[in-house]
This record gives sequence, structure tokens and C-alpha cells, in this order.
Amino acid sequence: MIPSEIGAGRAVETEVLGQLEEHGWSERDVFGIRLAFEESVVNAMKHGNVLDPEKRVRIRCRLADDLMRIEVTDEGPGFDPDAVPDPTHDDHREKASGRGVLLMRRFMDRVEFSEKGNAVLLEKRRSAEGD
Amino acid sequence: MAEYRRLAINEVGDVTVVRFRDQKILDDLNIQELGRELSRLVEVEHRQKLLLNFSAVEFLSSAALGKLITLDKKVKAADGTLKLCDIQPEIYEVFAITKLNRLFDIKENETEALAAF
Repeated sequence: MIPSEIGAGRAVETEVLGQLEEHGWSERDVFGIRLAFEESVVNAMKHGNVLDPEKRVRIRCRLADDLMRIEVTDEGPGFDPDAVPDPTHDDHREKASGRGVLLMRRFMDRVEFSEKGNAVLLEKRRSAEGD
Repeated sequence: MAEYRRLAINEVGDVTVVRFRDQKILDDLNIQELGRELSRLVEVEHRQKLLLNFSAVEFLSSAALGKLITLDKKVKAADGTLKLCDIQPEIYEVFAITKLNRLFDIKENETEALAAF
């Protein structure tokens, strides 16, 4: 559990990514996981908990063999990820925000939001060498 | 010239070449400061030709992309020109996924970019 302060998740992120590097995950895999982690934690703090210092973000990470699983849960009201406008559409491409969910989905193998929308499960399977 | 904490500024002819001091552009406070410094180049110093060199950048989040989009709007509003160069493959993928590679004029390297102004 970490407070809703930007940067508070950094120690967890550093620990997780350090383990991936130790286990020889590729740079591209580590990049994608860092990005998905960052986007999900920032979403949880800013949009979920609206940076309320009384609210916490729970991060659970599990690295098992070739699978990295991250669960990020906030104490906010949740949101409907399908209602986020497509940021690649011409009408939205010049908006300054709204790309986090798209990037999570493209860099991770599995991205699932809870029904309420205040929790996200991210999974990444280690790429085969040469991918 | 004003002091920049997040950027390193260099002039090549009439082009302002901007490098990022952070290898990883992700901390919110740093990104806010980065946005202010990029805006200052256009709105206060009235630089017309900007080249952002990403050679030192290993990582950036979507919040940083937002600042680049805001900069692009300001440059266009001032009838200036903005180009990007030396983007590492993983970061280029972020631009491609979000289709921002169509919004920004991205060149392979600084030499190619400078020749295109």
C-alpha cells in the first residue's frame, strides 16, 4: 500500500524492474512493463484517488518464471475503460491526455479492469529470445 | 538566456536544438517543469525553429507526450517549426501506437533533421 503521492510508487517500480533485469528479461519487455506500471499507478493516484492523501493505492506484483503480474487498486469510484475515447482518432489525437490505457493494452499481454473500474490486472509473458 | 533545469539548449544556425537532461521522463513534477520550460522557448524566447533531440531519453510516459503535444500547438500558433529526432526504438513505438508519429515530424538523426528545416 502506498499513499496517493506521485513518485510514491517509484520504489516498488524500481524493485520490480530490477528483478526483471536480474532474470534477464529483454529491454523491450522491461520498457513495456515500466510503461504499463507507470500509467496504471499514475491513473490510480490522479484519476482514481484524485491525489487525496487519505486514500491509498495497493500494488501487488508477482513474478513467476516467465510471467509478470501486476495488480493496481485505488480507492476511487472507478471508471469505464471502454468509455475512454480512442486517442488515435483524428478528433482526439491532439489531446494532451487519454493514452495510458491504450499503451497498457499494447505493451502488456493481458489488461483487465475490475467491474467497478478501480482495479487493473496487468500481465506480461516474457518474450522469446529474438522477438 | 534563462536557466533550464530539464533541458539543455544549443543553437545550430537559426535552429534551437533541445536535449533532455532526464534519461527517464516520468516524475510528475519534472514533467510539469519540462512543460513550462518547453513553453518558455516559444512564448517567452520566441524561438521559431525547434529540434527536440531524444538521444539521451530511455523512457517517457504518456504525461510527457501531453507536454510535447502542447508544445506542438504553441509552435504552430507562433508559425514556427518543430521537429523531433534520435528517438530510440521503444519510444518510437510509443509514438507509433498513439499515432503521434503522424502529428510530429520525426527524423532519424540530428543531421537529417537540421537539413530539413
